[in-house]
Amino acid sequence: MRNYIIKRIAQSVLILFCVMFIIYALIRSLPSSFAETMAMQLAQAPGAKPYEEWLAQLNAAYGLDLDIIPGFFTWLSKAIVGNFGDSWKWNVPATQKFTEVIGLSVIMGGISFVLSIVIAVPLGVLAATKQYSRTDYVITAAALVGISLPTFFFATLLKLLFSVKLGWFDLYGLVGRDYAQLDAWGQFCDKANHLVLPIATLVIVSIGGYMRYTRTNMLEVLNADYIRTARAKGLSEHTVIYKHAFRNTLIPLVTIIGGSLPGLFSGALITETLFSIPGIGYISYQSMVAGDIPFTMFYLSFMAVLTLASNLLTDILYGVVDPRVRIS
Amino acid sequence: MSENTQNQNPKQEQYSLNDDRRVKVLSPGALVAKRFFRNRLAVVGLSILIAMFLFSFVGGLVSPYGQDEQFFTYTQMSKEFVGVTRNDTMRFVVADGQNFGSIAQSKALEAVKKGSTEFNYKDTDYTVDIQSDDFYVVYQGSDVMGYASRDLVNEADGAPKFSFDVKLAALTAITAGESDFTADGVDYTLNKDGEIAANGEQLGYVSRFVVSAADSSVVVTRDFKDRLEEAINEKADKFNYTDAGGNEAEYDIVYDASTKVWSVKQMTETYVYDRYASPSKAHWLGTDTNGMDMLTRLMYGGRVSLIIGFIVVVIEASLGILMGGISGYFGGWIDNIIMRVVDVFYCIPSMPVIIIIGAAMDAMRVDSWKRMLYLMLILGFLGWPSIARLVRGQILSLREQEFMLATEACGIKVWHRIFRHLIPNVIPQLIVTCTMGLGSTILTEATLSFLGLGVKYPFASWGNIINDVNNAYVMTNYLFIWIPAGICLLLTVLGFNFVGDGLRDAFDPKMKR
Repeated sequence: MRNYIIKRIAQSVLILFCVMFIIYALIRSLPSSFAETMAMQLAQAPGAKPYEEWLAQLNAAYGLDLDIIPGFFTWLSKAIVGNFGDSWKWNVPATQKFTEVIGLSVIMGGISFVLSIVIAVPLGVLAATKQYSRTDYVITAAALVGISLPTFFFATLLKLLFSVKLGWFDLYGLVGRDYAQLDAWGQFCDKANHLVLPIATLVIVSIGGYMRYTRTNMLEVLNADYIRTARAKGLSEHTVIYKHAFRNTLIPLVTIIGGSLPGLFSGALITETLFSIPGIGYISYQSMVAGDIPFTMFYLSFMAVLTLASNLLTDILYGVVDPRVRIS
Repeated sequence: MSENTQNQNPKQEQYSLNDDRRVKVLSPGALVAKRFFRNRLAVVGLSILIAMFLFSFVGGLVSPYGQDEQFFTYTQMSKEFVGVTRNDTMRFVVADGQNFGSIAQSKALEAVKKGSTEFNYKDTDYTVDIQSDDFYVVYQGSDVMGYASRDLVNEADGAPKFSFDVKLAALTAITAGESDFTADGVDYTLNKDGEIAANGEQLGYVSRFVVSAADSSVVVTRDFKDRLEEAINEKADKFNYTDAGGNEAEYDIVYDASTKVWSVKQMTETYVYDRYASPSKAHWLGTDTNGMDMLTRLMYGGRVSLIIGFIVVVIEASLGILMGGISGYFGGWIDNIIMRVVDVFYCIPSMPVIIIIGAAMDAMRVDSWKRMLYLMLILGFLGWPSIARLVRGQILSLREQEFMLATEACGIKVWHRIFRHLIPNVIPQLIVTCTMGLGSTILTEATLSFLGLGVKYPFASWGNIINDVNNAYVMTNYLFIWIPAGICLLLTVLGFNFVGDGLRDAFDPKMKR
């Protein structure tokens, strides 16, 4: 097991290296208009250096004067020790901006993750035990609707209904207009109020996937021979389903749930952007659109690390949870 | 199945029990189809998809309007008609042939302000004859140099220009309260409204208001000016005026205290884009922000969304089958390399990368058409690894089976072995994955277009139609703009998912009990 993990980690590092290089090359080959715009501005100040000198200085400062390959290694050597440079858009180190906003995304992601698991798993089990019943059809159809829902459309519908028609929540933002005048408890409530719609969106959109996954795996287990044996022994249906079947369904479930844990840190790019919630998703969307190379590079590398971590975690968890896999 | 056979073949009593004709033989394909059509959700999905295809591809042909045909309408708009200022400064009019420049003019005004009637400029002495607060005449010796007045003498429409002498005489007469005067040997009459006439013919008028037309096409008649002055003096904020042609129009008067201008606005019919028109007989779903027919946009949007979905999935599938097939069949180091490439592609965060490229294309002002092509290529190129993984996994198990040994024994070429014998066995799973993939590709494209980074104007796409809700006013007031597009999008993706799900069940009878 340990050798396997070490091998997998080594592999992941290699993959990460390649991914970072591809991302770097991609970003570098885009027109770097930001440095030019900034040089233009600086050169217009009275008594300033000419545009070419500013441009050269800025390019040197950002490591844009090197070719892609040496530039990549310069960037990588700094990135390894956690120095991703100053964000151009936010004017602070990229990592500092990241630590400021990541908490909100994790809270939002965590709440919606727990909620969707708590709702999806029982429903999935229910649908599987009553396969081909009306309940099953309704749950399956609802799960597919959830998967097919375009996030932006659903969020807009929620906004129209709850913000515009009912006026329960604000349309945008994390804090209300009178946030500064509230006491600590009021501030907490204000923020919580602003997070209701984004979290609802996230839950509804992600619930379908978990529900289907639970149903499929539960069905597979219910078709297994040992379930027939359990029934043949005369065990009650309740014991068969919750003691024998559900426990075995937990294997793939725990695996996929563990695998999606790192995803909590990636933020919800679309939802955060729609509701203007300053989490990592919205902040990085703004950075990307503004052509903020240091922050974008940081965000993309971070995302790649998260994907690798979740793959790794899935594989390891699978071995931990299911003893049959461990032997091979 | 025997029941079915009986129903379909009522003459079965004629056949003996072991007659082949008693048994209906179904090909594997027909079995799949039968299982598929037994699934209610799948049939619903299929009907949705057929409806959507008809809507998008046939609808565009049937619709009387073009994709980017703009519609216009007349609307009542308050348009600036004329501006009126009351002349509150003394305006100098210099006598013909006299040299009395602006410095001298201001000297004259200065002298009057000081209460003096004489002033000196450039060694010349002038005298000012203050006839009233609003009218001075300046003399040098006995020569009239010019006069300063708040009132202006205007010629009537088409009348000849007044000479200086006439103007001076008219103003003098007005100041003195006389009703006639003589100048240049002509007798003029003057009424209390300040109108100047000679021989019964109206030639001009004296007025303190300066009326300037907002644009050169507006002709301001004397009659209109009278009516306007009257309205201003009454402090009315609107008045009606019927012109010579008998057209009556209503005018609003707005006084701006800071510039001391009365601006007169006329409600006129203006030809504009028919923006956000409500649903009507001509436009069943109204019109959008550019005055284009919403229903037609929706049809063409569906076309774009579906075509992009298909092309992307075709790119994904071809790359995936090629790479997965090679990787699975050969195994060993080739497999290893290809699978590491797949891992790398898996790790690239696709949504952020597409957003960055979209933003860069914005900056480079890439043409909308090329943009769509790039979008398809990028989506396809980032999406193939999952299909490659699927194909490889299937082939790894399939290649150990006997029929592969047989193909090898027959000496069939490697290429044919992979693509004629292995890949067809993977097709069922591929079809399921691709159907589901179509749905998610359409979603991705719509999300990008919604963010303004995908399909761009003038092309319609369901995503960029919904993009209008970024304007909160549209979101709350023009539901007919974005709700239909969202429903189309939802239904289409749902249709693909239902069908994909049904196909999975149909292809894999093990799952059915």
